[in-house]
Amino acid sequence: MSDEAQPIEEAPATPRPPVRRGPGSGGPFGGAGMPAEKSKSFGPSAKRLAGRLRPERMLIGVITVLAIISVTLSVLGPKMLGNATNVIFAGILSEQFPAGTTQQQAIDGLNAAGQSQQADLLKSVTFTPGQGIDFTQLGMILMLVLAIYVFSSVFSWMQSYLLNGVVQRTVYRLREDVEEKINRLPLGYFDRMPRGELLSRVTNDIDNISQSLQQSLSQIMTSLLTVIGVVTMMFIISPLLALIALVTIPLTLVITTLVAKRSQKLFVAQWAHTGALNARIEEAYTGHALVKVFGRHREINEVFRQKNDELFTSSFGAQFMSGIIMPAMMFIGNLVYVAIAVVGGLMVASGTLSLGDVQAFIQYSRQFTQPLTQLGSMANILQSGVASAERVFELLDADDQTPDARPAVTPSNDEGRLVFENVSFSYSPEKPLIENLSLTALPGQTVAIVGPTGAGKTTLVNLIMRFYELDAGRITLDGTDIASMTRDDLRGRTGMVLQDTWLFGGTIRDNIAYGNPSATEEEILAAAQATYVDRFVHSLPDGYDTVLNDEADNVSAGEKQLITIARAFLAKPSVLILDEATSSVDTRTEVLVQRAMSALRADRTSFVIAHRLSTIRDAHLILVMESGRIVEQGTHDELLAAGGAYANLYNAQFAAAITD
Amino acid sequence: MKLIRLIGAYAKPHWRLFVGVVIFQLAQAIASLYLPTLNADIIDNGVATGDTGYILRIGGLMLMITFAQVICSIIAVYFGAKLAMALGRDLRLAVFTHVGDFSEREVSQFGAPSLITRNTNDVQQVQMLVLMTCTILVSAPILAVGGIIMALSLDVPLSGIIAVAVPVLLVVLGLVIVRMVPLFRLMQVRIDKVNGVLREQLTGIRVVRAFVRERIETERFAVANREVTDTALRAGRLFALMFPFVLLVMNVSSVAVIWFGAFRIDDGSMQIGTLTAFLTYLVQILMAVMMATFMAILIPRASVCADRITEVLHTPSSVVMSADGVTELDEHGLIELDNASFAYPGAAEPVLCNLTFVAEPGKTTAIIGSTGAGKTTLINLLPRLFDATDGEVRVDGVNVRDLDPDVLWARIGLVPQKPYLFSGTVASNLRYGKPDASDDELWQALETAQARDFVAEMPEGLDSPIAQGGTNVSGGQRQRLAIARALVKRPEIYVFDDSFSALDLATDARLRRALRRDVGGATMVVVAQRVSTIIDADQILVLEDGRIVGRGTHAELLETSETYREIVESQMTAEEAA
Repeated sequence: MSDEAQPIEEAPATPRPPVRRGPGSGGPFGGAGMPAEKSKSFGPSAKRLAGRLRPERMLIGVITVLAIISVTLSVLGPKMLGNATNVIFAGILSEQFPAGTTQQQAIDGLNAAGQSQQADLLKSVTFTPGQGIDFTQLGMILMLVLAIYVFSSVFSWMQSYLLNGVVQRTVYRLREDVEEKINRLPLGYFDRMPRGELLSRVTNDIDNISQSLQQSLSQIMTSLLTVIGVVTMMFIISPLLALIALVTIPLTLVITTLVAKRSQKLFVAQWAHTGALNARIEEAYTGHALVKVFGRHREINEVFRQKNDELFTSSFGAQFMSGIIMPAMMFIGNLVYVAIAVVGGLMVASGTLSLGDVQAFIQYSRQFTQPLTQLGSMANILQSGVASAERVFELLDADDQTPDARPAVTPSNDEGRLVFENVSFSYSPEKPLIENLSLTALPGQTVAIVGPTGAGKTTLVNLIMRFYELDAGRITLDGTDIASMTRDDLRGRTGMVLQDTWLFGGTIRDNIAYGNPSATEEEILAAAQATYVDRFVHSLPDGYDTVLNDEADNVSAGEKQLITIARAFLAKPSVLILDEATSSVDTRTEVLVQRAMSALRADRTSFVIAHRLSTIRDAHLILVMESGRIVEQGTHDELLAAGGAYANLYNAQFAAAITD
Repeated sequence: MKLIRLIGAYAKPHWRLFVGVVIFQLAQAIASLYLPTLNADIIDNGVATGDTGYILRIGGLMLMITFAQVICSIIAVYFGAKLAMALGRDLRLAVFTHVGDFSEREVSQFGAPSLITRNTNDVQQVQMLVLMTCTILVSAPILAVGGIIMALSLDVPLSGIIAVAVPVLLVVLGLVIVRMVPLFRLMQVRIDKVNGVLREQLTGIRVVRAFVRERIETERFAVANREVTDTALRAGRLFALMFPFVLLVMNVSSVAVIWFGAFRIDDGSMQIGTLTAFLTYLVQILMAVMMATFMAILIPRASVCADRITEVLHTPSSVVMSADGVTELDEHGLIELDNASFAYPGAAEPVLCNLTFVAEPGKTTAIIGSTGAGKTTLINLLPRLFDATDGEVRVDGVNVRDLDPDVLWARIGLVPQKPYLFSGTVASNLRYGKPDASDDELWQALETAQARDFVAEMPEGLDSPIAQGGTNVSGGQRQRLAIARALVKRPEIYVFDDSFSALDLATDARLRRALRRDVGGATMVVVAQRVSTIIDADQILVLEDGRIVGRGTHAELLETSETYREIVESQMTAEEAA
């Protein structure tokens, strides 16, 4: 299958920054440095992605409530701990004064002694002089705090647990939809879309969506709630200190955007250089022998050194710039810390704030820069997730193939009489391919299709199998228009052996039974024997249980071909389509393949895409194709006598081989 | 451990950077450890006494330290990033140049895709680990140990809480991680499986539909999808446990510090500001422990990568080029194999066994045989992509081992079985073996290679872009361009490794006629599957299981070689062969 109308070549997947795998592997820099892929229309796509969460909306409601409870509790913690500190502080202060006096008397005493600063301090504290630390009260507060923390953790765990389910089920459904969509898409879609691109959509993009949702959903919710909760608590404790802390938000934003902007560019350069260098490596290794024999190893090494240095420069810059963010954020955090320590200290000293509150405040200020940074990196992750979702949605939105006729007609017999009546077809309107083709193939007959590479020989296969629909005319199988049959019925009656020996990753037995899963062991063996598969299977240590995979070198290309023939044999079709193997099959196996194909052809209507003259000669009808058109048809003798394209082709092949 | 040895070896030239990282990380850790003490100072000596002047003075000091800290951190990041990236660069270059010296034997032993991964992804993993080490792994122990020292200096009995909290955190994190790592690995396997099923369906879509297997494939997919979801759910549940638990440990220890601290304060052995400072150190220590644990996850992965890199670097090339080889040769294009054999080390059967033949200038020597007979190995002996393990291979009378490699390679024009093209243009590919070739020379080569027409039809002619591997031209075109590339080089010996297979018979015939006409004086070595391709060769060698089982012309071999007759009969009817 190498005809020009079908871009079968595996296109290299578009280079793309590697998808981050699993939580915890992204490192502490999170997604901050990753260049987010831009989506074409973020809004609608994000909305649609959110829409896919709809079946889980009840649970999402529960999760939101749990998150609110958990965050509220954890936000209350520092304030309560501050209260505990206050109790201790009050206890210390109380010991400086004799028991029996009142707090007011102590303050008055200090003022009288000229220690007004000390006196101010006492105003904000409630204590009973001489009592010492009130351990009962402290114990009660701490028990409460403990309870708050335990519940907060439990709720947070429940929330993560449920959210994980929501995300995984959503991704599960998305995969399911994609799988169903693949079955509904017309074959033309797969032929038009570069294979690598399509694969990347159904694999990388879905993985990316899964990870983006997983990471962003839970963190966005808790980060947002935490920021709100913390800010509220800060304002409750001290509006002045809260304002000081809030001033850092714009500062944070400015610094992160400045750094992010520069590092983003450097990261883009880093990925570009990585891609370029990896391409160099790939070329040098795949063409290793050529590099040597063509004496290019020195240049290759020199270019590599250069590119490698370029990569170093850009990646060093990128890592350095993005590495600055953490210290910068820490710096801002520390600035706030110092400011609060100083201003808070002054306020405590002047009696307008309690010591415990300052301590609580410091904790709050620490808690609030972190979710802010997190929200920033979440935005990046989410954007990349939405961009992936958009590509998957594009696939889901592609047009389906025309549905099967309803009610479908079933041919009354299965002889395999196939008739083309004035068939016209083209892949694109401006390039007409087949026009007004009529032919009849009777059971037991062989129709050979010949022509140079790229002549469109597989187009006929596409039409008979209804991989593509006709533009005009009709094809009948045993008197029934194939368009009025279900595709399954039609394909159940047709067998196909292609040059491209596609086998799936399973045992040889399963691969033979592919077209007929209900086949018995005897039937499988019979098919294997008739098609010479049995012979080589016996030499394999695992026999029919030998697992075939991509790099299966235990089975040669020719042997794979034999398995595909056995597969078609077992399916017992009445119409057969064979694409003859050409090169890279060793000659011994090739003989077997030839024989197996003849065995398969017996008593069936066969269409053979021929590369070998022996097949052509015996054919009942030969179609000669040139650049997509059928230029001649007839038997071997008729065509040779006509002295046209076929005669030329035939003579060229043999004249060249024999005379020189 | 290979990981440490590898990093050690490649970090050595950059030891100054590493020392810089440690010094500045230490400085910044000390600064961040000093801040809570100053804060305690403010509370105890400023706030508690109401001394606003003291508060401002210490506040100013804290500000300066904060500033110093950020500077140190940034310098540490600078050194760390530079070290990690330089190490990555050096390692990449080392692997690349080492692989460049590999013979085809080592390349096929590892496989090109595996070598590519090792040179790219594996190096990157090691580089990432070094970066993380410089930024986090170095500072985490400093912070943890420093925090413990500071805590002890503040109050010894209270530090007992740390002695409980740290092990609890470590044990629980350890338990979670130990269970999580295999889960993540399983997860990856399952993701690969679900993607594998999809990949199969997409590449085999015609077969799936032709055999009406959509429903069964969908079921197969559903199973894989359920499995991956199950694993993701299990991993997610475990992961959900982690952060709430870490927080709980931190919070419970804070509560404990306040409760027990209150008693210490009550009996006068501790001040209240110390309590606040102690809380900060506690959090710092636990955070450092947590960070270090997470970093530990990276180590097993990077260690696998390091093993794979080391394996490449420690594999010597089986073909060592002679440094002062023969450069002056008398003959032009004479190939002699004298009892040459080739066997993979440890293999029971040699790939090639005692081959002796001569290929002369102006003559075509063809090699035919089934796959696995050793044809490609045989021709790889000529440019020393392999070295014969026994016997001798001579080019122009000199053993190839004694030849200057550049002289040897300049003599050979190789057209490999897989006609690989490099990214660039048609012209840059054609000039691959002769960078200074003129356009006329290129067109001439294209003419001979039967590629003139289609290149001329390309909108940009010689300057038309070629994608990596040549994927943007058809297989037949690729083969003809590869042939033209060898022709441009004007070598004395042409080696065609099954180079006509993608051509239709007519083009094949025209091409061979043109070759005979244009470069007839050169030595031709042709490997083929198709008898028609070699039918007119001066000498045909029939190769079977690494041995020459027949030699002669087509007509002679039809008489003398049973194997040859079988091959011929499988391809032609009797009258055509005659």
